[in-house]
Amino acid sequence: MRTQEQTLGEILQLAAEHFKVPREKLTPEDDFFEKLGIDSLQALELLTRLENHFHVELPDYEMQGVSDFRTLAQRIQERL
Amino acid sequence: MAERRPKALSWQLVDGTVELQLHRAPCNEIGTTMLAELEQFVAALDELRDDAHAMIVYSGLDAGFCAGADLRELYAGMQEVSALERIDAVRAFLHRIHAVMNALDAWPHPTIAAVHGVCFGGGLELALVCDIIVADRMARFCFPELRLGLVPGFGGIPRLKRDIGNGVVRDLLLTGRSLNATRAHAVGLVGQLVSEGNALKVARTTAAQVGKFDRTTAAAAKEFIKPIPHAELQREIELFCELLARPAVEEALRKFVQSNEVQPYLP
Repeated sequence: MRTQEQTLGEILQLAAEHFKVPREKLTPEDDFFEKLGIDSLQALELLTRLENHFHVELPDYEMQGVSDFRTLAQRIQERL
Repeated sequence: MAERRPKALSWQLVDGTVELQLHRAPCNEIGTTMLAELEQFVAALDELRDDAHAMIVYSGLDAGFCAGADLRELYAGMQEVSALERIDAVRAFLHRIHAVMNALDAWPHPTIAAVHGVCFGGGLELALVCDIIVADRMARFCFPELRLGLVPGFGGIPRLKRDIGNGVVRDLLLTGRSLNATRAHAVGLVGQLVSEGNALKVARTTAAQVGKFDRTTAAAAKEFIKPIPHAELQREIELFCELLARPAVEEALRKFVQSNEVQPYLP
């Protein structure tokens, strides 16, 4: 099973690829709305991308209020 | 090839398939403009029926299939009239959209929704009138209405109950959560799950396939297996209007439409 740090690393990589930003520009504590310049619909795209990658379901109400990659990784780790 | 291109949607007949494209930014919200053009489309369907064997509904916008009812327009309209008048106005709107949905539902030829991105609320209700939903892996499906104190009002509950198990209906409605396309396929909401960006292509292949069959037989089969739940649809309109009349709903709508947060207000 993945560690939370591995999950976090994969999330950062997927986010960078999906929104076409350099991976090295993203850090775990970043506010991804701000750093990626995305809105709520694009956040849902990221959620779908992550669900497909990790083969989990993450109800979007659990994402309400989550805006940094590290907390996002925790939420996903709880479902792995 | 005949093509029309009003503000919110366009349609054309291509190789026997009526292709209805939605293209009203930001994400095909269903308000008075979309409704009026859907009514024009439905009126034109009679003329297209003899030359067509299938229909595809899809979005021309990257954001997705349809984000649902235009809540900003709904809230703004509510502020302009008295409480009694607003319910009458909403009820009239609902009867018009139900007439559109019922006409699409009952169209005798096979209908296919090609879905990508968000398919929420009224958007999901539009997809549910189609016989087959083809979705790409990035699509998401949701009935968020309960999060605002409402129920779906465009025929969503009766049609969802028609298509999938009640446990899934309850999960979707009572939590207001969205399902990804893989899950939606697993529970039977999505007929065909396809790779990203290929929903329309597969929908066209599917439309070509259904065009090989005898049209009379296809129409008879469709009518037999897909009854329209008229009584429940009428009840849904009244339930929606009863719920909308409560001050708590107006307050939830106000918070939603006036929110400047990146994530709009949703409990």
